[in-house]
Amino acid sequence: MLHHLIRHAAQNGFGEHGFPESGFAPGPLSAPSRRGFLKAIGVGAGALVIGAHLPMPALAAEAAPKIVGPADPRPHAFIIVAPDNTVTVLAKHLDKGQGIVTGLATIAAEELDADWSQVRGAFAPADQKLYANHFFGVQGTGGSTAVANSWDELRMAGAAARAMLVAAAAARWKVPAGEVTVSKGVVRHAASNRSLTFGELAEEAAKLPVPQQVKLKDKKDYVLIGKPDLHRLDHVSKTNGTAIFAMDIRRPGQVTAVLARSPRFGGTVKSVDDAAARKVPGVIDVVSLPVGVAVIAKNTWAAIKGREALTVTWDDAKAETRGTDAMLADYRKAAEKPGDVAAAKGDAEKAIADAKAKGGHVVEGEFVFPYLAHAPMEPLNAVVALNPEGGCTIWAGSQFQTVEQMVAAHILGCKPEQVKIETQWAGGSFGRRATPSADYIAEAVMIAKAYPKAPVHLVWTREDDIKGGRYRPLVLHKITAAVDAKGDLVGWKQRIVGQSFMAGTPFEAVMVKNGVDATMVEGASDMAYPVANLAVDAHTVASPVTTLWWRSVGHTHTAYAKEVMIDRLAKAAGKDPVAFRMEMLRDHPRLAGVLKLAAEKAGWGQPLPQGKGRGVAVHESFNTYVAHVADVSVDAKGQIKVDRVVVAVDCGEVVNPDIVKAQMEGGAGWGIGHALRDEITMTDGKVDQANFDSYLPMRMSDMPAVEVHIVPSHERPTGAGEPGVPTVAPAVANAVFSVTGQPLQTLPFSRGGIVS
Amino acid sequence: MVRINVNGEERQVDVPEDMPLLWVLRDELNMTGTKFGCGIAQCGACTVHVDGTPTRACQTPVSMLTPDSKITTIEGVKGKAAQAVQAAWQKLDVVQCGYCQSGQIMSAIALLTDNQNPTDQDIDAAMDGNVCRCATYVRIRAAIKDAAQTMRA
Ligand code: FES
Ligand code: FES
Repeated sequence: MLHHLIRHAAQNGFGEHGFPESGFAPGPLSAPSRRGFLKAIGVGAGALVIGAHLPMPALAAEAAPKIVGPADPRPHAFIIVAPDNTVTVLAKHLDKGQGIVTGLATIAAEELDADWSQVRGAFAPADQKLYANHFFGVQGTGGSTAVANSWDELRMAGAAARAMLVAAAAARWKVPAGEVTVSKGVVRHAASNRSLTFGELAEEAAKLPVPQQVKLKDKKDYVLIGKPDLHRLDHVSKTNGTAIFAMDIRRPGQVTAVLARSPRFGGTVKSVDDAAARKVPGVIDVVSLPVGVAVIAKNTWAAIKGREALTVTWDDAKAETRGTDAMLADYRKAAEKPGDVAAAKGDAEKAIADAKAKGGHVVEGEFVFPYLAHAPMEPLNAVVALNPEGGCTIWAGSQFQTVEQMVAAHILGCKPEQVKIETQWAGGSFGRRATPSADYIAEAVMIAKAYPKAPVHLVWTREDDIKGGRYRPLVLHKITAAVDAKGDLVGWKQRIVGQSFMAGTPFEAVMVKNGVDATMVEGASDMAYPVANLAVDAHTVASPVTTLWWRSVGHTHTAYAKEVMIDRLAKAAGKDPVAFRMEMLRDHPRLAGVLKLAAEKAGWGQPLPQGKGRGVAVHESFNTYVAHVADVSVDAKGQIKVDRVVVAVDCGEVVNPDIVKAQMEGGAGWGIGHALRDEITMTDGKVDQANFDSYLPMRMSDMPAVEVHIVPSHERPTGAGEPGVPTVAPAVANAVFSVTGQPLQTLPFSRGGIVS
Repeated sequence: MVRINVNGEERQVDVPEDMPLLWVLRDELNMTGTKFGCGIAQCGACTVHVDGTPTRACQTPVSMLTPDSKITTIEGVKGKAAQAVQAAWQKLDVVQCGYCQSGQIMSAIALLTDNQNPTDQDIDAAMDGNVCRCATYVRIRAAIKDAAQTMRA
């Protein structure tokens, strides 16, 4: 299955729609990869099936550890045991802060019985055959899939490497392999009291065949997996300034480029006057490209000054010229008519009318979610050097290696294998570095092609980033729901209006069904609360404004709308918000489990002083279950402050509890920060915000205390990077609702004047 | 030619007067530990010390500095506060993506050099200029308190 899937994707290319920036149009993505991608980004509970059913011997061969001598420093493999006694685990997934290099190394080191102090992490090269994400069929990171994807593969690789070291020791000592033990990086023969390090055995072990069958450890014997105090592998280099990000790459002779892009989405270059720009000291060249006008300079400052001196006239014939207010008005108009059906169960219309007629309660809500930028701390950038033998080398926080190879190959007219990628630590991503069009990488390659004399570093400024699009879409929800006279949820009607970022990409064929982009309705059409009459539909609207997945994707808005409505319904039914949810989650033990845990730990039900509120929300995303309880203060002027957040998370077997905890802390900050005061708005098609003075990030004084509780579990591991986001903002909103009685349905909260 | 003193070493750079210290460090001196995050003194990623004062390098044109101004970057930071802060950061595994952390650490060192018993309000005031998009704020606060305790001991 795996071989078939990878071969198919490699032979047939990545998608039929091509990559807008590059005009690239390869063949279709294979069906299994499409389904895999669909599941992996959280649509459908079966995301783990492909990985779980991999034929084991084939997987072992795929993940064959390469035990090497000094002559072969970097084989394509997962584990390198070197004569200097280091164990390097190659991560095929990007680490953008979520700690995956550490997590993956832990999985391999566990089966290898390595000592944690000898373990190193490194990024794997770009090679679809060896390093494809099994859920995508291509090499890439996303959908909180990394641990789930690599769990089997790296355990197998670690166990195989261990078996080879044992065999090498047994041969050297002329004893049966069964008498050889391994612990903390030392291989021992107890009877003869002899021992050797991994490093001492590396060269001999490298000559042995890779075992095709290996035995994996019993969970009870784990010494690294689940250990609460295992430090991150990057915690030193990231505290002394030595960690290298793409932004820090300095190749000999390297030049820096910044790109002038259309201030309106969809605009194109009409004419350029670059005379003044060329006079700026340090500016080397100015080149016009389909994507904008690049200023190439000796250093970043000169490039920025050069761009300021450019005069570009833009052609807005195909550009978005509406403001976001006008767009929203159009969304509301669209919402008056039925959309494409995403879920239909029973008769929601009738159930709601019946409830109303028979002493129940009907609650209506309109929810508005703004465009949001990812604004990763490290602005987008990449270094590209053309290789003398053809192709190029790219240094980037690469998140979609295979796509980037294909796009670069198309631009340069070479083979994808001739595009080498040196993946670097990424300064955040939140989804932004993985685009179906490889946008900023494509820009950098185009500039390098136009200026082949030196390696080119394309740098986005923060303004480029905030104004640069690929936003979490602007979304409108309209919901009508009813509880009957007994207070049971009996009908739910929901209409969602927004843009699809899957349409027009290689993923459309899988992700868009019956006209509905699955990522627009995930978390709504598959609502966990058992309502007999459910109707969810969606309108997909078009705009040149570019949109993209953003940390936790559709759940960023669907979970919010759902959980705020549930509190309003609980109030209408005269029920406690936790009790109302618990009643409905009887058949969802893992959701009920996190809800109960969060409520208990938060002291749910205890009386609160005047002006304090407590709210709850619970949701499943990416096969991980999370509940939040938030405590807020509301002052006399109606201004709010989030005081504390309690999180309960169930993500199956936990590889590194402290990293899961960190993801929940960060996820809480992410969710609250954006809910408080972040939005991207446009006037006449031009983005109103520019930098962190107008797109206002969460700061230290905004951050509440965060308490994290992890449900102990031996279920298969699932992700933690995204699932900590969806429920925190609705928990805060529900806490405010408990004090003011006003539901917060327009985001950000600053729009309602309750955040300064 | 502009003469500046970085981490105790005198350096000469041939740059225009308006070039911010940030780009002098990163592009001319290849000292990439100091980061570019916003360029407008709103994120703190570029924080260095100038004569001990936390300073946003992105808004400090080299012409504002004298050859006597003592610039300290993450690469050269030393002393009791620096040691305590970096050790606390490592002990509590504060970092996620790490991109903001040079700046966070430089601000924290400056805070603790002046005040070895900071309150939560002191921490808010000293650190609010340093953005962390990964929102590692809970651990930054805890690490500052941990480092303060080490320094008091
Ligand atoms: S880069 Fe200087 S404060 Fe942001
Ligand atoms: S650790 Fe990523 S921005 Fe702070």
